[in-house]
Amino acid sequence: MTIKKLGPEELLSLDKFSVDEGNPHILVDKAICATCTPRACLVVCPARCYRLKDGQVNFEYAGCLECGTCRVMCKDKGVTSWSYPGATYGVTFRCS
Amino acid sequence: MAEDKFDAIVVGAGPAGSACAYTLAKQGKSVLLLERGNTAGSKNVSGGRLYTYALELLEPELYKRAPLQRKIVREQVMLLNERGATTVDYFNPDFGEGVPQSYSVVRAVLDEWFAAEVEAAGGMVASGVLVDGLIEENGKIVGICTGEEEMRSDVVVAADGVNSLLGQKAGLFPEVSSHAVGVGVKETIELPDNLINARFGLKHGEGAARVAIGCTEGISGGAFLYTNKGSISLGIVFNPEQAAKQQRHIQDIFQDFKMHPAIQPLIEGGTSVEFGAHLVPEIGYQGIPKRLHREGMLVVGDAVQFGINTGLIIRGMDLAIVSGLAAARAILNSANTAETGSLYMKQLEELLLIANQRAYQNFHNIFEISRIFSGYPKLANEAMQFMFTVDGKVPKPMVKGLLEVVKRHASFGQMAADGWKAFRSL
Repeated sequence: MTIKKLGPEELLSLDKFSVDEGNPHILVDKAICATCTPRACLVVCPARCYRLKDGQVNFEYAGCLECGTCRVMCKDKGVTSWSYPGATYGVTFRCS
Repeated sequence: MAEDKFDAIVVGAGPAGSACAYTLAKQGKSVLLLERGNTAGSKNVSGGRLYTYALELLEPELYKRAPLQRKIVREQVMLLNERGATTVDYFNPDFGEGVPQSYSVVRAVLDEWFAAEVEAAGGMVASGVLVDGLIEENGKIVGICTGEEEMRSDVVVAADGVNSLLGQKAGLFPEVSSHAVGVGVKETIELPDNLINARFGLKHGEGAARVAIGCTEGISGGAFLYTNKGSISLGIVFNPEQAAKQQRHIQDIFQDFKMHPAIQPLIEGGTSVEFGAHLVPEIGYQGIPKRLHREGMLVVGDAVQFGINTGLIIRGMDLAIVSGLAAARAILNSANTAETGSLYMKQLEELLLIANQRAYQNFHNIFEISRIFSGYPKLANEAMQFMFTVDGKVPKPMVKGLLEVVKRHASFGQMAADGWKAFRSL
């Protein structure tokens, strides 16, 4: 393989994820996000779990890298609950 | 272990937790090390350099058993502009002599080995266990909960990383503040050792560590590159508040850096095998909470924001190990849980961790000088361009040409102010 720019999906495909279906470890209140203007999450979430969809902040926990950036950067507390995925779930880095 | 109660439960099998559990187990204490990843290290991310003295403090020659990557003998600093790069390459073979000063590390390998050492020393290690609460009785922490299950111990050592939910649950400190951390992203790129050696001028077993500025679109932050065995760790750490104020996603800024004409040839032919992200304690001494313990509980490592970043030296894992050792010694030396906390603080002083943090306590103020991240790297490269350009035309006088370059990026007043701020921060 040669080195090239990788898009968000390609980057996440390098890691292994075990998704706890129906049981998100981070809860986001869309009503709060709707009135938030900085929307820092859209730019700083390393996994791009927060994306704009039809003008709304859409959150997808499946590719979360569990770094905590959204938690410290969410100023309007749209992230209403932040914890780690349950045992055996979440990201596994292959060689960090 | 009477009534299923441990002398200590250590939460988190990173360098801090394993250092603590290893020391306790070696001294015959009953210790349980819990890790939420399926294996120790599987969820851990760091840039990738460990200063060896910390392992030596823990146990002389322990580093010889550790699966370390390359001993770092080249320290490199790179100033980037859009297409160019000015690189300082400091080679010192003495850094690799005797007990080598530092090694690049790969966490999945290092942390798994360290946890196995805890087990070999007689400690109990359980992976795939998420600790989600503490048991408190009469104002003391007496154990942890994981789901429905409770486990008890004389002391709980929280080595649960930069987000330390346990430290917050214990009421020791609030959520980590966005001004106190950097957000790091990293790609690990597999590359054959012969190519790494040739591209970085390394002999077998030797490594290079590189920091770079001018690649963050003006955001306070910088890039790092570490050579491992058969791979390269490449990443950027950003100030998240400044990153949030501009429009580009940090992934995109990072990918641009990876493809920079001065970086891409270093990794060409490699294969990206991992993408990681992590928060990094960034403000050193001033970020350390006032309370690191309460009765029945000690907090170590990233969880209490131990970290030093001078721009050239980035330290975290060594401080984690030293703090884990301090916690273990405090537990071993205390007659009762009431005095463990103050003994821990005393050990942090005795092992010089606090003195190290204090020595660099104002360093992070330098990173408020915005021109460091854009203007000055550009200035350096344009000055080089001016001095190295030959095109047959009559060149400008040297001093005049250089002054023109300087004036494009900073006035003398600004440079004097920046210099004064830097001077005061050191």
